[in-house]
Amino acid sequence: MPKDGGIGASTKRREDIRFLTGKGRYTADINLRGQAYACFARSQVAHGRINGIDTAAAKALPGVLAVMTGADFAAMGGNPAGWLVQSRGGETMKEPKRPVLAHGKVRHVGDAYAVVVAETLEQARDAAAAIEADITELPAIVNMAQAVADATNRVHDEIENNVCFDWGWIEDNRAAVDAAFKAAPHVTTLKLVNNRLVPNAMEPRASIGDYDSGTGDYKLYTTSQNPHLTRLLIAAFVMGIPENKLTVISPDVGGGFGSKIYHYGEEAAVLAAAKALNRPVKWVADRSESFMSDAHGRDHETTIQLATDLQGNFLALRTETLANVGAYLSNFATVTPTFLHGTLMAGPYKTPLIYVNVKAVFTNTAPVDAYRGAGRPEATYSLERVIDKMCRELKLDPVAVRRLNFIAPDQFPYTTPVGLVYDTGNYGATLARLVQIGDLKGFEARRAASARRGKLRGLGLSTWIEACGIAPSALVGALGARVGLFDVATVRVNATGNISVMVGAHSHGQGHETVFAQIVSDRLGVPASSIDIVHGDTSKIPFGMGSYGSRSLAVCGSAIVKAVDKVIAKGKKIAAHMLEVAEADIAFEDGMFSVPGSNKAKTFGEIAFSAYVPHNYPLETLEPGLEETAFYDPANFTYPAGAYACEVEVDPDTGRVEVASFACADDFGNVMNPMIVNGQVHGGVAQGIGQALLEAAVYDGNGQLLTGSYMDYAMPRADDLPMFTVDHSCNTPCTHNPLGAKGCGEAGAIGSPPAVVNAVIDALQRGGHSNVTHIDMPLTPARVWAAING
Amino acid sequence: MTKVTMTVNGKPVSGEVEGRTLLASFLRDGLGLTGTHIGCDTSQCGACVVHVDGVAVKSCTTLALDVADRAITTIEGMANADGSLSVLQQAFQDNHGLQCGFCTPGMVMTAAALLADNPKPTEAEVRAGLEGNICRCTGYHNIVKAVLAASGQDVAAVAAE
Repeated sequence: MPKDGGIGASTKRREDIRFLTGKGRYTADINLRGQAYACFARSQVAHGRINGIDTAAAKALPGVLAVMTGADFAAMGGNPAGWLVQSRGGETMKEPKRPVLAHGKVRHVGDAYAVVVAETLEQARDAAAAIEADITELPAIVNMAQAVADATNRVHDEIENNVCFDWGWIEDNRAAVDAAFKAAPHVTTLKLVNNRLVPNAMEPRASIGDYDSGTGDYKLYTTSQNPHLTRLLIAAFVMGIPENKLTVISPDVGGGFGSKIYHYGEEAAVLAAAKALNRPVKWVADRSESFMSDAHGRDHETTIQLATDLQGNFLALRTETLANVGAYLSNFATVTPTFLHGTLMAGPYKTPLIYVNVKAVFTNTAPVDAYRGAGRPEATYSLERVIDKMCRELKLDPVAVRRLNFIAPDQFPYTTPVGLVYDTGNYGATLARLVQIGDLKGFEARRAASARRGKLRGLGLSTWIEACGIAPSALVGALGARVGLFDVATVRVNATGNISVMVGAHSHGQGHETVFAQIVSDRLGVPASSIDIVHGDTSKIPFGMGSYGSRSLAVCGSAIVKAVDKVIAKGKKIAAHMLEVAEADIAFEDGMFSVPGSNKAKTFGEIAFSAYVPHNYPLETLEPGLEETAFYDPANFTYPAGAYACEVEVDPDTGRVEVASFACADDFGNVMNPMIVNGQVHGGVAQGIGQALLEAAVYDGNGQLLTGSYMDYAMPRADDLPMFTVDHSCNTPCTHNPLGAKGCGEAGAIGSPPAVVNAVIDALQRGGHSNVTHIDMPLTPARVWAAING
Repeated sequence: MTKVTMTVNGKPVSGEVEGRTLLASFLRDGLGLTGTHIGCDTSQCGACVVHVDGVAVKSCTTLALDVADRAITTIEGMANADGSLSVLQQAFQDNHGLQCGFCTPGMVMTAAALLADNPKPTEAEVRAGLEGNICRCTGYHNIVKAVLAASGQDVAAVAAE
């Protein structure tokens, strides 16, 4: 049993109180004295040359304080890509400058080319509409294959064929993989699209810039998953101001899912405007702007081939992918389709030979970057779909084939042919658990019952793995990362024994304020109610790389444990002095420093007080105070894994798919708060079902975004989803971090799309539509109906 | 600018608004009640739901002048008189019915109106009743549980885990 409120308890969330009573403090809720309002003028064409921007009429309108265009920011730096990826031939990827505001050309619908600042929001909007932009429209580059084939029409004039890089992983394995395919008894080929998505955090992006002309200090309130990274990008790359003159505050943030990792031009624009006007400048995106300018996700076109013997043993795998990066490189755009995708193509299987090729392509669409799962959903979808297709071709049982090919529990640590070393896992155990909790044996009876109601029922599986807990700095550095990916925590014990923990992770729904307090409470024996978690303010926190890639617990949580251990170690020195024994004689347990076998003991509170009132204290050898900081750099990625089963009912008359049930058996390593972990899985699965059945960001041939609002971009609503069955009892703790934790935030979004699609194909096949072997996501009624009637 | 008066969370309030000022903007910017959120431009997401004379209304598509002299309740007015969470709010916390918190005020306001109309809803009725509110975090599972729990029903029967 977990300690009351400690590690493993389903502690209720403390942050809920403010969110449930309207006292959350999101960026748009903040108003600074004397603030002005910004509104951006955005391109209505996908691709065009800017001949001139006439701002005279806008400037003459009432209340207008400033109008700035791309030319005003032309001398500033660009917003960089976080990873430099090498092409197969060794050449470095193309990295066009991403300016604060578009200059020279506009490259996607929604590309901002000017900003108006006015006394009121309405005045700013009116003036933005009065800007006269002379733009010569150019042919839009939307289709990736055409973009690569056409050397004359370019998103960036200097980049031929619109290719950012042509990446091979691992290039040295290519010939051996091709040879294995030539010799293989059976080859399954599948062409598929991983549909483009809009992350759609419910809180639109917002930023407030502030400048103190007395001190020269800038302050930015912004909707960020990683305020320190945003500060680094703005200070060192874009605006060229010292980091110590810029504070970034990311208060309550209403969801991110990746889209708020990145630095966006609006942040630099409001800071520059605040300095120019010497007053705060506030910008809040409306939903339409979010659709046009937030980084989108996925958008891969892939051909995957699986070579097997006739018993279903995987012999080799190869893929070719076109990955859309949009008009500019967003910060993680180059790593998402490469090192977060190609390295995962082994899945939980012992496939001996794998080769992955990815061409990243510029198009006149919004930038594409990491969205919940980031590369790993794309890998999992391709792999789990091609396995399903192979099972049908060879008439093999999909459960048995997966078991046949799983890496066995005694094979860990296991080095994959795509460059990862899995530390631990038991894929057979999670699959066995899934068979139980999903009642797979009862499927046939449920199928018959559905058939009596005129519905086609299908069952789909997915056994997935991911690499998260991002990431070992030395490894990612060797692969082209421009940053380290450690994290940081400071544990500050006050004189009266209560504690503030400053963490580099950022909570935007994950419940860090509750879970991190559980960890510290468990380790120090101090009640969680005496522990505060402080996040989201670069002026309060030493450093941090933020929250994404299911890293908060595995990386920042480990930093917390290290800092707590340092506090305990110092406390032992203080206790040894006070109790007049050797330091080695002191034991610490449940908030008590004691000498085992004696009645000598000091409470944690007494030690804390002594550290700040050091009257009886070893001052010759030990500094006063009780505050410790730890930086934790992980030794490896973590490898959560699981097995998912989806059952669907298809209405053959309309093509409508209903998710009848969804079951998840996951291995997240040690779980800190089961209630929160369940919630993370529910949310991830909902997003995955959304991708599989409902969601698609669609541009027409002219680069116009057809899905620019919730009227035409379908997100899952309450009546689209069933209750979920979630289990994480089969866990193999991570072997290389102190909590044994693997991470759970992205799992649901990674594992679920192929389970849904496999279930629909299964329903149609069982229903006699044996010609339907694949339908591209989203499986809307129109697409399913067309497949049935095709 | 026109003067508007109304009752908000039991207190008479007034302010100067333009004809185009939305109720959501008046609550947030005019009265500082920032618990009411704006999540979309098209009356689709429901983050802005408040009660007007007890009826759930999307305040992002309601003009402030149109609800002059009416009684408005926002999320700030939902707790018990002593400041403790109401039964519905408590059910959201107990069942982990919120993550980032942004859609939560609208969810609570919609759910409260739903339960006022239908004190013992089925799971399907709860899901249909929440159809105008989008949550991107929870997958709705725990929101549905929370609403059923607030109605006094046994949630273990509908959501085994």
